[in-house]
Amino acid sequence: MATPTRTADEITRTEPPDEIQAVPVRHPGRWIAAAVVAVLIVALAHSVATNPRFEWGVVGDYLFSSRILKGLVVTIELTVVAMAIGIILGVVLALMRMSESALLSGASWVYIWLLRGTPVLVQILFWNFIAALYPTVGLGIPFGPSFIHLDANSLITPFVAAMLALGLNEGAYMSEIVRAGIISVEEGQTDAAQALGMARLQTMRRVVLPQAMRAIIPPTGYETISMLKTTSLVAFIGLADLLYSAQLIYSVNYKTIPLLITASIWYLAVTSVLSVGQYYIERHYGRGRAREAEPTLLERLRAGLFPRHADVKPLPEPPKMPEDHR
Amino acid sequence: MSETMVKAEEVHKRFGQLEVLKGISLEVAPGEVMCLLGPSGSGKSTLLRCVNHLEKIHRGRIWVDGELVGYREDGGKLYELPESEITQHRAEVGMVFQRFNLFPHMTAIQNVIEAPIRVKKRPKREAIASGRELLQRVGLADKVDEYPARLSGGQQQRVAIARALAMEPKLMLFDEVTSALDPELVKEVLDVMRDLARLGMTMIVVTHEIGFARDVADQVVFMDEGVVVEEGAPSQVLDNPHEERTKRFLGLVLEH
Repeated sequence: MATPTRTADEITRTEPPDEIQAVPVRHPGRWIAAAVVAVLIVALAHSVATNPRFEWGVVGDYLFSSRILKGLVVTIELTVVAMAIGIILGVVLALMRMSESALLSGASWVYIWLLRGTPVLVQILFWNFIAALYPTVGLGIPFGPSFIHLDANSLITPFVAAMLALGLNEGAYMSEIVRAGIISVEEGQTDAAQALGMARLQTMRRVVLPQAMRAIIPPTGYETISMLKTTSLVAFIGLADLLYSAQLIYSVNYKTIPLLITASIWYLAVTSVLSVGQYYIERHYGRGRAREAEPTLLERLRAGLFPRHADVKPLPEPPKMPEDHR
Repeated sequence: MSETMVKAEEVHKRFGQLEVLKGISLEVAPGEVMCLLGPSGSGKSTLLRCVNHLEKIHRGRIWVDGELVGYREDGGKLYELPESEITQHRAEVGMVFQRFNLFPHMTAIQNVIEAPIRVKKRPKREAIASGRELLQRVGLADKVDEYPARLSGGQQQRVAIARALAMEPKLMLFDEVTSALDPELVKEVLDVMRDLARLGMTMIVVTHEIGFARDVADQVVFMDEGVVVEEGAPSQVLDNPHEERTKRFLGLVLEH
């Protein structure tokens, strides 16, 4: 039996049904858990505020002291330089790893195996004592004469040792991140670029890497934040970074806890700034993917605080990729 | 211009142990439209990709406009061409893909001008002007600054055609360009291709659109399992196929 054809007018009812107004389900478990956490927070806050041994006054005295700020600058410099070395080296190692030459990809593999398989603290110590292994550093023809001789002890200062150790170590991690990013770009992109006559390097630089960045940026941000904290290991080779500067002060005045808090406040401040920066970089490399531009942090904050009044664009739909059509 | 635009002679291609092309020979004259039909896995797309050297062939030869693809022959010996010459050849052959493969981080116009600027070293302003013209020609004058994710499949594919045309190719390769499209979007893409054919573009079209092949093709080639089963004018191959395999395939495709 065939159903008679109906038009849209016949199907649409004149009066839409009432909007649903149901009594919401109660969640007693959630309320109990929230109460427990609230009590814990209050207890902790009370203790932090009233325990005199925190010595917040001392924290305040040292927070902007010149020695701490100098240490902070060293920490930031070390983070920036080590990450720069790590990212450049990471791209090179990733491209080597994907090379058709077995020697290039094998060398990259061994490098990554070696530097990821040993603790970074050991590597920092190694570079610090490199002069014991190679007392002089020369520049010249391999296996032939060398022209410039330098004393490794004066060339490899603690800062240089820390920079090399952290940077070279980071390169091993970054190369895996870069490689995963490159692999995440569809092969069709390379096909299209090559079919247009673009050379392999052009294809990599203009088409593949910008798209790989979407996959590379978030873990790189994580690595940068992690690096900022890892630099504190250089205290072992006596480089006056943020942590070691604090240690130097408390080794004299015994204000251990306040100075560790001082250092922690600066670490937290810098990682927070880095997180905000990461958000905006991710937003930049996400362009063209989402249908609407993602809201800025401020817009999101406003939307969260005043959900009804804020004039905020809706959150973007998940990006629709050509594969969906298959 | 050479008398044949594309000439393939005994082309063999294998992926590992799997032989996908087993001696393909064909010729396309300038201004001609050749449609390649056949079941999936018959090697049509691979053959297309061999024409602009996206895939290397293992035996035989392919010439585009009289020039050997991918190699230089000298004194009976083959020399692989350096990348710079291969890219130069590819720049003269446009290709459009099943899944569009637009660059998602670039707007429509940026997609179109990328290769003219980077490969042909054309001045940016000039490239933008002719890029806009091309987008207008494929009916997308109002989508110039949109990113691909905000375009429908049919619109994306038309941008992809404009992108290929921006290099002023002497040959266009179409690899199942309507297969990923919703049915109501197929026509807008086929219409653009019909226009191109009418303007005298040499085209090799891998397709399942029998109607398009009948209207536009000068030559239809039916492939199966890496060999050419039957070839000829559309009226002959599509309406009076001799081979059993061709008949069976057409029966399946035309059934619905």
